[in-house]
Amino acid sequence: MSGTVKPMTTIATICTEADKIRLSSDNTLGDTIVSDIYANAEQIARKVVTHKKQGQSSWDTRLDDILTSRLFGYPIMLALLGTIFWLTIEGANVPSGMIADVLFVFQDQLTEWFTLAGAPTWLHGVLVLGLYRALAWVVSVMLPPMAIFFPLFTLLEDLGYLPRVAFNMDSLFKSCRACGKQALTMCMGFGCNAAGIVSCRIIDSPRERLIAMLTNNFVPCNGRFPTLIAIATIFVGGTFASEYEAVVTSLIITAIVLLGIATTFAVSWLLSHTILKGEPSSLVLELPPYRPPQIGAIIYRSLIDRTLFVLKRAVIMAAPAGAITWILANIYIGDLSILGHLVDWLQPLGYAIGLDGFILLAFILGLPANEIVVPILLMSYLATGQMIELDSLDELRQVLLDHGWTWLTAVCSMLFCLLHWPCTTTLLSAYKESGSVKWTFLSFLIPTLIAFAVCFVIAQTARGLGLA
Amino acid sequence: MNMQVENRGRVLREHFGIAAASGQYVIALAGNPNVGKSTVFNALTGLRQHTGNWPGKTVDNAQGTFTYQKKPFLLVDLPGTYSILAHTVEEQVARDFICFGQPDATLVVLDATCLERNLNLALQVMEITPHVVVCVNLMDEARKKKIAIDVPALEKELGVPVVATAARRGEGLDTLRETLYQVSTGVRKSKPRQLVYSPAVEKAVEHLIPTVQRLIDHKLNPRWVALRLLDGDRAFIESISRHLELQLNPKALQEVAAL
Repeated sequence: MSGTVKPMTTIATICTEADKIRLSSDNTLGDTIVSDIYANAEQIARKVVTHKKQGQSSWDTRLDDILTSRLFGYPIMLALLGTIFWLTIEGANVPSGMIADVLFVFQDQLTEWFTLAGAPTWLHGVLVLGLYRALAWVVSVMLPPMAIFFPLFTLLEDLGYLPRVAFNMDSLFKSCRACGKQALTMCMGFGCNAAGIVSCRIIDSPRERLIAMLTNNFVPCNGRFPTLIAIATIFVGGTFASEYEAVVTSLIITAIVLLGIATTFAVSWLLSHTILKGEPSSLVLELPPYRPPQIGAIIYRSLIDRTLFVLKRAVIMAAPAGAITWILANIYIGDLSILGHLVDWLQPLGYAIGLDGFILLAFILGLPANEIVVPILLMSYLATGQMIELDSLDELRQVLLDHGWTWLTAVCSMLFCLLHWPCTTTLLSAYKESGSVKWTFLSFLIPTLIAFAVCFVIAQTARGLGLA
Repeated sequence: MNMQVENRGRVLREHFGIAAASGQYVIALAGNPNVGKSTVFNALTGLRQHTGNWPGKTVDNAQGTFTYQKKPFLLVDLPGTYSILAHTVEEQVARDFICFGQPDATLVVLDATCLERNLNLALQVMEITPHVVVCVNLMDEARKKKIAIDVPALEKELGVPVVATAARRGEGLDTLRETLYQVSTGVRKSKPRQLVYSPAVEKAVEHLIPTVQRLIDHKLNPRWVALRLLDGDRAFIESISRHLELQLNPKALQEVAAL
């Protein structure tokens, strides 16, 4: 029987021996082997291939040299990201206001009809002040930025820029001992975290796939972008000269996104050095040729597939959420509404992390879909107070200021929005993909802990230093 | 000899789900994605093919047969991959088949319009097995793009037969059949170019080779196994222990019986 056992042990000994050599050379042998193969291929190709005419291939090679260069790669990525946000914010202001105007004029009309029909106050409350107003908010706050952001993002995708992003980020992910393909799943996450998690299938090593899934939530999906953009716009408004507002806002959003990416790296590094230990695997990434964008396809994909899809989801979630929020705010137990009780209960925790009870409650009620956090927040602020016509961001700003918002509240809300738990759809996808309750729970727990910790530290520091 | 053939038949059946008739020459077909590999496959086998999955993998598998010089051949289409360093399931399937399926010849299809990138795969295959035929396909497209390839020079560089084809137009297929016939029947022997690595890698390989040789006993190219070990390729180590154990078992049993 020793004959069958012996080869196994020999394999183990060889492996240890090989591992020793591998690690003594800083684990670079694998990379050296790959680049040596390439060098051999290049050497042979140079001898046997002759290009009569350089032609088309040269300009895209040159473009690739710039876009993926060590020096310009990251600045160009940042500049493109910043420009997209700037265009989105600058472009969305006007249509947002216009849509809000129209929808709220219609709300008055609805109110009149309800009064004429002699409908009871509670029915008008649930349907108009609850359901309709939440819908109107979702549409006017979310539709314009999405209708600008998605086509621009899809344009970059169609031009073939995203694979270059993955190429640039590969070394960073590798230094976190994660897979370079995580750059692609992260980009998908900007569209939708649930889609991002499903796309983690392209990562072959189970360890690296789990890392990618657990960290996908740290890039803001398009459900959270409108929230971030709205809060940033509101709080930059008035503090800077109006011609700089959009620029400052887009810088803030870019910074938030960068922070999300930095968190992705930090958590990936932490995971791959603790519960998901292991070596990164390398991959061959083909940079596809640059293609002229197909405008029709971009518009269709970005508007129908993405914008309308997200909007539909938001509307489906927002309508009942609006009605429920109104009911919670208008049913009284003792001298306080149910909403009031909940808010009071959450207030100490919310305050400790720089938010308030209302904001924390909005994030909790927003679990089914991140899109509805701001509408729920406004609903709950307004449901009990006097009626205000919200037809401009200035008045929205006034509502927030009236409820004690400071710059610290805005910063903490944005950070909490960026870092907090994933929505139920994302959690469901994580469960389906990992097939494990444990990893799904971790994908909830890790962001939640980080969000509370970061906001707590910032809020306490700012207050301690007397800044807010 | 006969036992070895029988053994291979069993490995093909049990590990790769491939039933080769006795006397049938098995040819593996490898290549990057989008190099016209399927065109070559269809051109060689015609309608005599059937498709399925690799056992236990969600990777498509196609097999086809053809006859040349009255000899039967079984062509096994491997998944299209850029390399066989086995970072994906596809690469693992391709590598395991070339390595453990012991095909009589491995045909590597290359894209003439981007030969340099495609050569990586050919060089990697040549490290595993000397029975390689290289097919430089899409010659028609290369001509259109004014790319000229010196086929005899390439053959000399690689040390294995190189056939230029434009499979869509049927160019070069006769030569390809003849070359496959010569290589798989052993009429034509080649000495493939071995990759030269950086000094650090070569030194590490040299250090490992004696131990590796003792373990694998000429069943695989020890140099190549040493390289994979230095890669830290866990999947390969699993494959190798699975396949070698299977092949060592009968021998071990014999030893026990002799005692």
